Amino acid sequence: MAPFASGGAFAIDAGLAGQILAAALGRGGDYAELYFEYRVSGDFVMEEQRIRTVGRGVLLGLGVRVLRGDATGYAYTEDLALDRMLEAARTAAQIAAGGGAPEPVRARPVELPSFYAPAASSLAVPGETKLELLRRADRAARAYDPRIIRAEVTLSEEIKEILIVTSDGRLARDRQPLIRLGVRAVAEGPGGRRQAGSSGGGGRLGLDYFDQPAAAPEAHGREAARIAIQMLDAVEAPAGEMEVVLAPGDSGILLHEAVGHGLEADFNRKKTSNYTDRMGRPVASALCTVVDDGTVGKSRGSINVDDEGNLPRRNVLIERGVLAAYMQDRISARHFRLDPSGNGRRQSFRHVPMPRMTNTYLEPGTDHPEDIVRSVKRGLYAKRFSGGQVNISNGDFVFSLTESYLIEDGKLTAPLKDVNLIGNGPDVLTKVTAVGSDFKLSDGMWTCGKDGQSVPVGVGTPTVKIAAITVGGTKVQK
Amino acid sequence: MSAAGRDTRAELQAVAEKVVESARRAGAHAAESLVRDGSELHVKVRLGEPELVQEASSRALGLRVFSEQRAATSYTSDFTPAGIERFVRDAVAAALLSEPDPLHELPASEELARADALPELELWDEAALAVDAGAALAQARRGEAAARAADPRVTGSEGASYARVAGAVAFATSGGFAGAYRGTYSSLIVEPICDDADGKKRNGYWWTAARHLDALEDAEAVGLKAAQRTVAKLGARKPETCEAPVVFDPEAGRALLDLLFSVIAGGAIWRQSSYLVGREGSRIASDLVTVVDDPLIPRAPGSRPFDGDGLPTRRNLVVEGGVLRTYLCDLYSARKLGRRSTGSASRAIGGNPHSASSNFILQAGASKPNDIVRGVERGFYVTDMMGFGFNPVTGDFSRGAGGFWIERGELAWPVSEATLSANFDRLWQSIDAVGDDLTLRTATAGPTFRVAGMTVAGK
Repeated sequence: MAPFASGGAFAIDAGLAGQILAAALGRGGDYAELYFEYRVSGDFVMEEQRIRTVGRGVLLGLGVRVLRGDATGYAYTEDLALDRMLEAARTAAQIAAGGGAPEPVRARPVELPSFYAPAASSLAVPGETKLELLRRADRAARAYDPRIIRAEVTLSEEIKEILIVTSDGRLARDRQPLIRLGVRAVAEGPGGRRQAGSSGGGGRLGLDYFDQPAAAPEAHGREAARIAIQMLDAVEAPAGEMEVVLAPGDSGILLHEAVGHGLEADFNRKKTSNYTDRMGRPVASALCTVVDDGTVGKSRGSINVDDEGNLPRRNVLIERGVLAAYMQDRISARHFRLDPSGNGRRQSFRHVPMPRMTNTYLEPGTDHPEDIVRSVKRGLYAKRFSGGQVNISNGDFVFSLTESYLIEDGKLTAPLKDVNLIGNGPDVLTKVTAVGSDFKLSDGMWTCGKDGQSVPVGVGTPTVKIAAITVGGTKVQK
Repeated sequence: MSAAGRDTRAELQAVAEKVVESARRAGAHAAESLVRDGSELHVKVRLGEPELVQEASSRALGLRVFSEQRAATSYTSDFTPAGIERFVRDAVAAALLSEPDPLHELPASEELARADALPELELWDEAALAVDAGAALAQARRGEAAARAADPRVTGSEGASYARVAGAVAFATSGGFAGAYRGTYSSLIVEPICDDADGKKRNGYWWTAARHLDALEDAEAVGLKAAQRTVAKLGARKPETCEAPVVFDPEAGRALLDLLFSVIAGGAIWRQSSYLVGREGSRIASDLVTVVDDPLIPRAPGSRPFDGDGLPTRRNLVVEGGVLRTYLCDLYSARKLGRRSTGSASRAIGGNPHSASSNFILQAGASKPNDIVRGVERGFYVTDMMGFGFNPVTGDFSRGAGGFWIERGELAWPVSEATLSANFDRLWQSIDAVGDDLTLRTATAGPTFRVAGMTVAGK
């Protein structure tokens, strides 16, 4: 239980919160907000068939934010003694230079939805039960093929309890569980040639997640091993523009980078995004409907409340190719005279909130996935990714493939060495020429970074065909 | 808690020693504790107006305990006596979940750094702390204003930020080490925006950073350079796909050095997660390449007087004239590889120590950067890179890149939306020019250098 929960050592109620908010507004700020966080995390690492590390961590603190116009004052403290909290509030207050006595704040609890509620927090489960999950994944990876020479398994778990109290009277408490299992396998082939493969999954779930066959530790162990073995035969990837087919699921990272970040409202408010002033205009092929949805049950990017006390929503960002909405936090929503869209998120109490994605995906289309691959004469099939990055201003984005194949005459042929793809967001989405009916959400493994802050996110997509994207291989095609 | 300017080293060291002692009392056979405090000031200005003023101080406590040869790590920011007591008890209990590892032992006492004779590295600057929020905002404003005034084609701004961190760290072990040090680091970054003819935005930046305030570049000079670098990108386009010589400027080249470290780190070697396994003593780069890892450079960003195992730090010659002289090891990695630590351990507040670079430097060569470009008939001058495309096991490297196309020895036109690829082994072996323009602004640093041939993918 969080120390700031009722009955805790530093129990915070509406009255005490009101006192701190009054200090925060003591210099004339327009708005103040308290963000209490208590996060307990655990991690287990198995390598060389031995549980090598058992780790645990506790993060506790309060962040105080004061707004005056578009300017933010921010301070935080790890010590929840009243004088320290008031000092943080007075520090944040200095963004405003006036004085005066603010109206007293009487915050009322906000009714929250429940998109995740694991029966039992994994942190309460005895450690030995969790170690068995690692051992199962390790055994499966090594048993897959005698050429697997190493397996590493990690299990991370956390429970984050937050309490948000705002000067406009909202009080919200949430408990956000998060688990993730990851397996990495290394294979050694002829001549000492080595390759690695990874697989993982999780979400806002309890350990019952691992009871599903597709999410069992063995499944991730075998998948990591399969990729490592498969990649032993990888050949040099081509270089230059090609037709590309994205596999369903994790390929959603392309959307996240290509259009997601550019549609975060802060960049558009500041007119630094490629999508600035393009609302209501076509920005993608009519086959594309792009959604950011914080309400997906148990997904890694889901939230019951955002980190500014607002409720998450299903936000349609691009509707049949037309730009329909940005993702808003409080500051941007006020600028655009809209309601916040439930996208105000932050890494921890030490960080200011900003517009962030939750679960970002492309809605399914009507094409049969097999027909999509069959329609490609020569191209690349992208299946697994290690990550991506975007330059918001010019729209250039990259993503790195760890498993991909050449498509020749409508069939997947040679596996390709690790390769990077580069495209331009607005340009690439106009080149989407087929969207499959086989939608899949990623199995909880992605973390998004922005301005040095990391938050867990989900991505998803059906099979997608893009007419041309630059493939950064080593083999120049004649 | 920690106060800006107050010397908290002795206080933190006392906390660390006390936590180690509690862990011993709670049943741990050995324990190590790392305690940190810090204060931060971060301000941002955009279009002349303050956008953010963030000020706070914090501390955190980390612990690793051994029970026989079983280990657990833990951290907390809850410093209440009850919180610390529970923290220690939980860590000792958690260790019983791990499995015995014969290499889990503290270093022998004669190997430890001597806490009474730590090198004086001048990492702390009182003057840096004298900058308050108002002065920081003024610096950021000056930088941004200079960028906006420099050229009419600068049409927008991501803003300018001034940041300062100051902090102390103490480390104590039941093996007899206890030491502490502190440091400051200030930085200013300016990020202008231009509107390109095709409707695209072009962004760029320039920055300055140093442990000592007097080493920061002037805010106006930073703004001016940021504007020049951004305006130069107007009209950027894709190059044709081809094989070509590639010149990396010091900003872009740094990313390649970070990757090089990742494949010579002891942890990557014993995990067989490096294409350089078994290559010590052999050629891994062209003879123009000499790389040192030196934690003892006064005032440098990556300096440290002792390492994350409590061992003395030292200058390590890593690559000499292209020959890999040593992997960089923390104690555990060294034991795995049957050798002695190179004093290269770092540890996060709640983690195991791991091999980490300090000031990881590609030594300056003899060429003038201009001459390096002039020697290229047709090639790519890279100023920025994007993405994470690197497989350490195979060395396959493929990343997004931007910069300028070189024609007949001149930077002819700006490039964006290109990728660069090569096998890392071949890349380092084919470096055919190293510049003399080395500066130690960042912990990983190198001068301009040129790779004889890489695949550039574009149209």
